[in-house]
Amino acid sequence: MRIDPHDLSVPPPTPTAETLPFWQAARRGELLLQRCADCSRWVFYPRALCPHCWSDRLDWAPASARGTVRSFTVVHKPGHPAWAVAAPYTVAVIDLEEGPRMLSALVGIEPTEARVGLDVRARFVEVGEWALPFFEPAG
Amino acid sequence: MRAAIVGVGEVPPQRSTEGRTTMSFLADAARRAVADAGIGKDRIDGLLVGPQVGETPQHVPATVAEYLGLQPRMANVVDLGGASGPGMVWRAAAAIAAGMAETVLCVLGNHREPVPPRSPNRNPIREFDVPFGASGANTAYALLKTRHMAEFGTSDRDFAELAALARANAQANPTAIWHGRPADVDGILASPWVAEPLHLAEIVMPVAGGDAVIVTSESVAAGLELPHAPVLLTGAGEMVTHRAMSQAPSLTTGPLRPSIKQALAQAGLGIDGVGLLSLYDCYTVMLAITLEDAGLCAPGRFADWMRDHDLTPGGDLPLNPNGGQLGIGQADLAGGLSHVVEAVHQLRGTADGRQARAARSALVTGNGATMSEAVALVLEAS
Repeated sequence: MRIDPHDLSVPPPTPTAETLPFWQAARRGELLLQRCADCSRWVFYPRALCPHCWSDRLDWAPASARGTVRSFTVVHKPGHPAWAVAAPYTVAVIDLEEGPRMLSALVGIEPTEARVGLDVRARFVEVGEWALPFFEPAG
Repeated sequence: MRAAIVGVGEVPPQRSTEGRTTMSFLADAARRAVADAGIGKDRIDGLLVGPQVGETPQHVPATVAEYLGLQPRMANVVDLGGASGPGMVWRAAAAIAAGMAETVLCVLGNHREPVPPRSPNRNPIREFDVPFGASGANTAYALLKTRHMAEFGTSDRDFAELAALARANAQANPTAIWHGRPADVDGILASPWVAEPLHLAEIVMPVAGGDAVIVTSESVAAGLELPHAPVLLTGAGEMVTHRAMSQAPSLTTGPLRPSIKQALAQAGLGIDGVGLLSLYDCYTVMLAITLEDAGLCAPGRFADWMRDHDLTPGGDLPLNPNGGQLGIGQADLAGGLSHVVEAVHQLRGTADGRQARAARSALVTGNGATMSEAVALVLEAS
């Protein structure tokens, strides 16, 4: 089954003052990441200091929202009961073009079509109050 | 890094525990370890415990000390998931060497009635993993298995061999949760998907239980009339690399690699000098990566390596002769300590019907969170 996150009532994100710009941008359909003004490296998830060089000069910058699947799993028995209606669904670790990795779920694809190395792009889907960056095949 | 383990205790695993508290399991495990050491409980002057989700969120050492009637000179929580137990053993040795305690009780345990509540996280993993349907450890370890298969061409059947070995070894351990219920490779593969490519039988069965270890100095141990020869800690290594699976530096090698290297170096041993493997096995894939990270074989070659060895208790290199956690069940954090307890039994010759042939040294590992918290120990017969 292809997941349709619109139908889900799942645990929402829990934004903090550090992460709020990420979630506000997601509502606009934009993948906004932090970039270190000192070492130039991209950072995900958002935080108060650069984990690479400990600079606190982190700027927000729009990312390409493209990446490749580093690994994935087809979840048949979800750890959280709210996801049971969507099972089986596909969770993936995505290597973002800019370097950081993030976890998401794949949409617009059958679980049997998921592959390591698959090129994907973000697709923002409203889930409750927020929009979540899921990923779909880029092709 | 040197110390003596003079007593061990393990509460037999059980699926449900009506009306019992976590404290009662800790007490049961502690009493068994003290009895095993043949010492009085008043000799204990150091206490290491684990976090307790739900029952005692804070002040765990004081709460446990009070319940047990102890007044330790050194007390702390070790919070490294499945690496907590092995992490306690070297911390006990370090505290003893620093003169902060003489005899340390390391104890972990849990009930299952009702099943403990979810950890009330308000942190990055809750914010950036859970909303995408990735709650709990199963998805994380399934991601490891997928990547291993894609990178090295390993097969579902290769991983199932590890679970089948655990089930086979558990048949000589009457306390194992899978005792009386062996499964071959086909049986493992016939179990349902939980998080594909992980089958149910590649995942530990959650149980209630408890484990305790008593650590003292070699000189104190030499002055005691012990019922069993002490087992020596001769090396330790530890590393913590991340929390969420997405933030792991690698999906095919983990922090156990440098931890094991350090532990062996401290002990003055090569991996070929180790006679017994007591390795943390929450999932088949974790055991596979640990075999590779230990340098027993090249990355991606664990299945070939397995075929070259007899890993049963009577074999050339016993691997988790009690069945490991895949065979006995996982008593939450105590599962990590169970690998220490089993290695102690094997090295001093008290492993009853599953005694391996005389091993002088053992590699013990613990692993927490998402292959992110690692502790390795080398234990040797005295």
